[in-house]
Amino acid sequence: MAVEMPFEAPLAQLREKIRELEQFGQEKGIDFSEEIARLEERYKELEEEIYSNISPSQKMHLARHHQRPTSLDLIGLIFEDYMELHGDRLFGDDLAVVGGLAKLDGVPVTVLGQQRGKDTKDNIARFFGSAHPEGFRKALRLMRQADKFGRPIITFIDTKGAYPGITAEERGQSEAIARNLLEMAKLRVPVICVVIGEGGSGGALALGVGNRVLMLENAIYSVISPNGAASILWKDASKADQAAEAMKITAQDLLEMEVIEEIVPEPRGGAHRDYEEAAAAIKERLLRHLEELSALHPDELVEDRYRKFRKIGEFEEQRKTAEMPIIDTVTASND
Amino acid sequence: MFKDLFQKKRKYATIPSERLGSDPLPAEGDRPKREIPEGLMNKCSRCGSIQYSKELEKNLKVCSSCGHHMRLNAMERIRMTVDEGSFIEYDEDLVSVDPLSFPGYASKLEQQKMKSGLREAVVTGEGLVGGFPAVMAVMSFDFFSGSMGSVVGEKITRAIETATEKRLPLVIFSTSGGARMQESILSLMQMAKTSAALARLDEQGGLFISVITDPTTGGVSASFAMLGDIIMAEPGAVFGFAGRIVIEQTIRQKLPDDFQTAEFNLQHGQLDMVVHRKEMRATLSKLLEMHTPKGGV
Repeated sequence: MAVEMPFEAPLAQLREKIRELEQFGQEKGIDFSEEIARLEERYKELEEEIYSNISPSQKMHLARHHQRPTSLDLIGLIFEDYMELHGDRLFGDDLAVVGGLAKLDGVPVTVLGQQRGKDTKDNIARFFGSAHPEGFRKALRLMRQADKFGRPIITFIDTKGAYPGITAEERGQSEAIARNLLEMAKLRVPVICVVIGEGGSGGALALGVGNRVLMLENAIYSVISPNGAASILWKDASKADQAAEAMKITAQDLLEMEVIEEIVPEPRGGAHRDYEEAAAAIKERLLRHLEELSALHPDELVEDRYRKFRKIGEFEEQRKTAEMPIIDTVTASND
Repeated sequence: MFKDLFQKKRKYATIPSERLGSDPLPAEGDRPKREIPEGLMNKCSRCGSIQYSKELEKNLKVCSSCGHHMRLNAMERIRMTVDEGSFIEYDEDLVSVDPLSFPGYASKLEQQKMKSGLREAVVTGEGLVGGFPAVMAVMSFDFFSGSMGSVVGEKITRAIETATEKRLPLVIFSTSGGARMQESILSLMQMAKTSAALARLDEQGGLFISVITDPTTGGVSASFAMLGDIIMAEPGAVFGFAGRIVIEQTIRQKLPDDFQTAEFNLQHGQLDMVVHRKEMRATLSKLLEMHTPKGGV
C-alpha cells in the first residue's frame, strides 16, 4: 500500500508531472522554470482544496492508515523514561493494550493505550489492537495504581473494538468493559484521553472516561465501526463509506456534539506524514489540560468527570401540560 | 412370456402419471391449514408446541412443555414483578429526537411506538416488590430491539440518581441488542453515563440487582447490566458482548448451541444465579428484605 490515499492521487499525479518536466528540462537544457512555477502554484491550490475538504469516509481511511502512528510510537515521542508494565494479575498479558509509567515534562504519569501491530506478525500478537478482557483489566490495574500514587492518567484510544471471540466472552468481555467505565468514573486523579486513530465501540470507551477527551484531526470515534453499521443496516459491509458519512464520526462532529473538548491538528495529509509534528501537537495540549486539571481537588475531578458524561444525550421532554396543575395541587395539599 | 410382461406393467401403472417426476407430497404451504383465531393460541418459538394464550399468560409466558422463557414487553414484566397498584412511572414524557438526522430514524421511531405501545425501550419508576420498595428500570426488546440511545441512557441514569437520592435499592431488567446505531456516539456515551451514575450509587452503599433477560448484548451488556451487586438471569437468556454472528465470522467456525446462554455464563462465573420466572418475584423480594436496614422500611 502506498503512503498516498486514493483521494490524494491528483496531487501525486501533479507532483510526478512537475518532476518529469524538471528532468526533461535538465536533460535537454531547456528552461521550463515558468511552467514549473505555474504548476507549483496549481499544486498548492489543489492541496488546499483537497486537504480542507476531507470527507468523513476519507478520514476513516486516514485513521486506519497502516503507517499512522500507534500508541507506542506516540508514547515514545511525547514522554520520557517510559517503562512498560505487564499483565492483569488474573489471567495473562494482553498485548492489544500497553501501559506503564512515564514522565511528561518531568512529571510522573501513567500512560495507557490500545496498540495495533506494526506488521502482520505484530498484528497477530496484538489481535489488531482489539483487547480481550485481560487487556481491559490490565488497564484497570494500572489506573488504580495511578490513583493510589496520585499520578495523572493519559490514555490513547486506537481500536476497532473489543475482540469478538469465544474466550473473550467466557472470561467476561462485557464485565471487563463495564467495570472500567464504573471505576474510571471514580478515579481521583486527572484523566486525559486522546483518540489517535479509530475509536470503535465499547472497546474504545473502556479507556475513554476522562475529564478531557481530545481527538486527532483525522481520527474517528463511533458506537460501531462503519463496516459493522453497514452490515447491520444494509446487510452489506462494503457500504462502510456510506455509513461513515451518516454516522457523524469525525472530530469536528464530536466537538459540535460536545463529546470531546478539543481537536488536535495533524500534519498536512495526516499524522503518518510526520510523527514528530503530530506528537508535539498532542504534547502541547496534554500539558495545558493537565495544568488546568491539576488545580482541581480530587473530589472536583470526580465531579468534573461526572458532569462531562452526565450531560451527553439529546432528547425531548414532552410535558403534558394538562397534568401539570394536577401534580401541583397534589404537592400543595401534601404540604 | 407375454403374460408376465403385461402384469409387471400393470403394477407400474398404479402410480398416477401426473405425480411422476415431481414431489409426491404437497409442499408445506399447500397443506390445508387449521384455522385458529388470531391470538387464541400461541406457538413456542423453541419447541413448536401450541398452547392456549390464556394458559400461557397464567404460566408467565413460559412454555409448559419445554420451559422456554418467552420475551416480555416492559409492561407485562412490571405487572408480573411489582405489587399491584404500587408502580409509579418516572419520566414517561422523555422521547427520542433524531440528533444526527440519520436516514430513516425518525420514521422507524414512530413504527416502534406503534408496534410496542411504548414511547421508548425502557420504562422506569418505583414500586413495591413483595412489600419492599425499589426503583426499577425495565427494558423492552419489542421497542427498537431494546437499543440504548439518549433517552434510554437518560431514563436509566435518572432512575439510578433517584435510587441514590432516596436511598432505595435499584432493580434493572435488561434486554437489548446494544447501543442504538442511529444516535452513534451519543449512544456509546450512554454506557459511560449510566456506569458513572452507578459508581455514585455504589460509593453510597446502595444495592443494585441486575436481572438479565433474553437477549442482552453489546452496549447494555457492557455497561449497567454487568455492574450489579447481584446479577441474575432467566433460564436460556442469551447475553454477551459480541453477537453470535460476529464471533462466527471472526473465528470462522460454528459456535455451540448453548454459547452465551445464562447457563453457559453461570458456568463461566459471569452470573450469581439463574432464576426461573416463577421464582423471580420471590427471589427479588427476599434479596430486598435481606438488604433492608434493621427496623424496617
